[in-house]
Amino acid sequence: MNFEWTKKITLFAALALASGLPGTIAEAAAASSLLNVSYDPTRELYQSQNAAFIKYWQQKTGQKVKIDQSHGGSGKQARAVIDGLEADVVTLALAYDIDAISDSKLLPANWQTRLANNSTPYTSTIVFVVRKGNPKQIKTWDDLAKTGISVITPNPKTSGGARWNYLAAWGYKQKQTGSTDKAKAFVKSIYKNVPVLDTGARGSTLTFAQRGLGDVLLAWENEAHLILKEFGSDKFEIVAPAVSILAEPPVAIVDKNVAKHGTRKLAEAYLNFLYTPEAQDIIARNSYRPRNAAALKKYAANFPKIKLFTLNEVFGNWRAAQKTHFNDGGVFDQIYLP
Amino acid sequence: MLKEPTSETAPIVKKRVSDPLPIRVVLIGVMLLFFIGFIFLPLGLVFAQAFQKGWAFYLESITESYALEAVKLTLTTVAIVVPLNAFFGVTAAWAITKFNFAGKAALKTLLDLPFAVSPVIAGLIFVLLVGSRTPFGSWLGEHGIKIIFSTPGIVIATLFVTFPFVVRELIPLMEAQGRDEEEAALTLGARGWQIFGKITLPNISLGLLYGMILCGARSIGEFGAVSVVSGHIRGQTNTVPLHVEILYSEYNFAASFAVASILVFLALLTVTLKVAMEKQFQKNSFHH
Amino acid sequence: MGLFSIKRGNILPGFGLSMGYTIFYLSAIVIVPLSMIFFNTVPMGWDPFVHAVTAPRVLASYRLSFSTAFLAALFDAVAGLLTAWVLVRYRFPGKQFLDALVDLPFALPTAVAGICFATLYSPVGWLGETLTKWNITIINSATGIVIALVFIGFPFVVRTIQPVLEEVEQEIEEAAHCLGATRWQTFRKILFPHLFPALLTGSTLAFARGIGEYGSVIFIAGNLPMKTEIAPLMIMSKLDQFDYAGASAVALVLLLISFSMLLVLNAIQEWQQKEYR
Repeated sequence: MNFEWTKKITLFAALALASGLPGTIAEAAAASSLLNVSYDPTRELYQSQNAAFIKYWQQKTGQKVKIDQSHGGSGKQARAVIDGLEADVVTLALAYDIDAISDSKLLPANWQTRLANNSTPYTSTIVFVVRKGNPKQIKTWDDLAKTGISVITPNPKTSGGARWNYLAAWGYKQKQTGSTDKAKAFVKSIYKNVPVLDTGARGSTLTFAQRGLGDVLLAWENEAHLILKEFGSDKFEIVAPAVSILAEPPVAIVDKNVAKHGTRKLAEAYLNFLYTPEAQDIIARNSYRPRNAAALKKYAANFPKIKLFTLNEVFGNWRAAQKTHFNDGGVFDQIYLP
Repeated sequence: MLKEPTSETAPIVKKRVSDPLPIRVVLIGVMLLFFIGFIFLPLGLVFAQAFQKGWAFYLESITESYALEAVKLTLTTVAIVVPLNAFFGVTAAWAITKFNFAGKAALKTLLDLPFAVSPVIAGLIFVLLVGSRTPFGSWLGEHGIKIIFSTPGIVIATLFVTFPFVVRELIPLMEAQGRDEEEAALTLGARGWQIFGKITLPNISLGLLYGMILCGARSIGEFGAVSVVSGHIRGQTNTVPLHVEILYSEYNFAASFAVASILVFLALLTVTLKVAMEKQFQKNSFHH
Repeated sequence: MGLFSIKRGNILPGFGLSMGYTIFYLSAIVIVPLSMIFFNTVPMGWDPFVHAVTAPRVLASYRLSFSTAFLAALFDAVAGLLTAWVLVRYRFPGKQFLDALVDLPFALPTAVAGICFATLYSPVGWLGETLTKWNITIINSATGIVIALVFIGFPFVVRTIQPVLEEVEQEIEEAAHCLGATRWQTFRKILFPHLFPALLTGSTLAFARGIGEYGSVIFIAGNLPMKTEIAPLMIMSKLDQFDYAGASAVALVLLLISFSMLLVLNAIQEWQQKEYR
């Protein structure tokens, strides 16, 4: 009778457990650090931004800080913060998601007025990415609705970027014709051309760029530039439509969490830093449209002239847009019903 | 009363009944086809992608500090989850197979339930239970106890997802074995723990081992549920599967698949462990 | 006090202790957390509940999830039985290695599996390139979902049958052989009934797991409303609207259906066992 192996398992478990413990303790001890909870495409942006801020802050105050990043779909990230992910600052894809956080009393309802430019240190827009040489000659939003064109865009129900794509198409038609019915029919015919709705913007990029599906990808302008960089500008090119939407991804301090961590000062400095010329330069270098005129001019070649309309112009505000278009039973659901 | 264990690796003197050669060849062939389509091709893809930038890049990706942090977190989780669920599995299987009681089918079904729960839901329920929207969660928060979006949350979600593995492995086995041996021992005057230690445990050791390996493998690979409760903080709450996803989302394909290949190796390691333990067990078994 | 109370004829000790711990652990890890789904659904009221869980898109997603999971489980039952048989009964080079690989679908994160299959079957992938030439589309269709689910469920079947098959006493087969039974007769009349409960358990588990699977499927499904949208995705998209109640409602329905199915199958198994005992 021998239970050698059961002993071994116990030993193995005990060892692994012991080796894991110091990690958990160290986790709790991290002081003067910030957690920035952000959406998917900003990984590269905040990697540079954090490095610059850490340097800036150390020069200014002599304090060494650490900035932790968490990225994911904008809506999911907002939900995590609501459910207890202790973000000091949130930098999300759309105001609606931060509104939802403010609904659960983690920050005041007027959060968007606390920083300059509607709390959006940069803007972006929606452009088209096509295969090199633009074989299907896709130039305008109207081309997307033509038969035989395959359009790749993520699911607006699960992706913030996808909602901007949808609203851009809708806004284009509504402004052109002045009719919501025509806009609806137009959007419906575009989504008829969509063979796959990935759950996130990055998923759609991979479907288009790596798996070779579709003729055109609707993407954030910054993502479009990243695609050219990562997958080769010899394979893809960017088409800027004449008209598109002004996407404003906002930032905010989560008051309840900074109060708990005692990091308000640091968090405020971090967000204000995003408006400095240095940070605006980083923003423009990452192909987001900076607020700062000098940075915009310096990188003007990256930002073709597109007539941009705001969300409020066409849809009122985010809450209204969300309710009419993306909530269950909304317009997006209706266009898929037979 | 004790019967001979007749497992593959045990030395068997008498000639076994076996299938004719053509049948064996055909069956092995069909199985290989299935393996090629469903196991080798994905596996080949993982390694092809992992090594597309060469050995140096591969090694760099898997020894990078965030990757190591992720491996550590994953192993910690496995080390807590497997013993807990194994202990539970044996206890529950004993209760269920050695006794007759009302509601047995219902209880067995409840044990299976975590399998039927979408990983997404498995994560969600813990958010609903201890997330800061709930009274319990906010109470925990006020007392500085972090469960969700930190290691305990990841462990609990993994416990849930791998909950049925050991018990599910043991029940059919123990049912097939019946309870005659234990009852005989009892009539011969053996006590409860003696019966369990000397008869039941040796009889179920193989199944227990399988169950623990499955439980371990699934803990290593769990993605959906952990993704919901993790918070995705780099270097802190990223398990290996989550780290793979992050690297992939950063278009860092080679590194992503390199880290995924760690999981393949971990899976192979657990099974190697199983084979070694099987041998050990047979060597020490009371028949030899 | 009828439920879980012991019946006559049990002579072994330890019922109270083992049953007590079982109920405690089961409640702590499974029942209490799962009950949150129920408690989050209740406040929404009956009519909104019915509305949420019977919307056409939701109904279409149930249909898709259940039918693909069923097909995958069926496929897994055959492939799993065959694999378990070969791995237990035959000796051939590389056997240990194949045995080890059976667990791969567990250890490989579902997202990686999904990405792998989506890449393999994409129009530029290793398999997709040829299939596209023959006009066969796998990704962004129900076929793709079934493939992902076959992969996910495979180890359940193999690993449930394997230990039982290893326990089968060869003497019975030998006896049958001596009495003049053919191999096929022995398998059909003696082995198969013995293995059947395990086979049923394994494929039921694969089925149940398939219904809820998310990570691997979303990469290969296409996620088109009414066509290739799986039920767990409906839950996710409700959550992304911060609709916790709606998400819980769909989850609850899914849970109840799976639970009753598991219940029926467990009852069948119980009955089976009495037949062949």
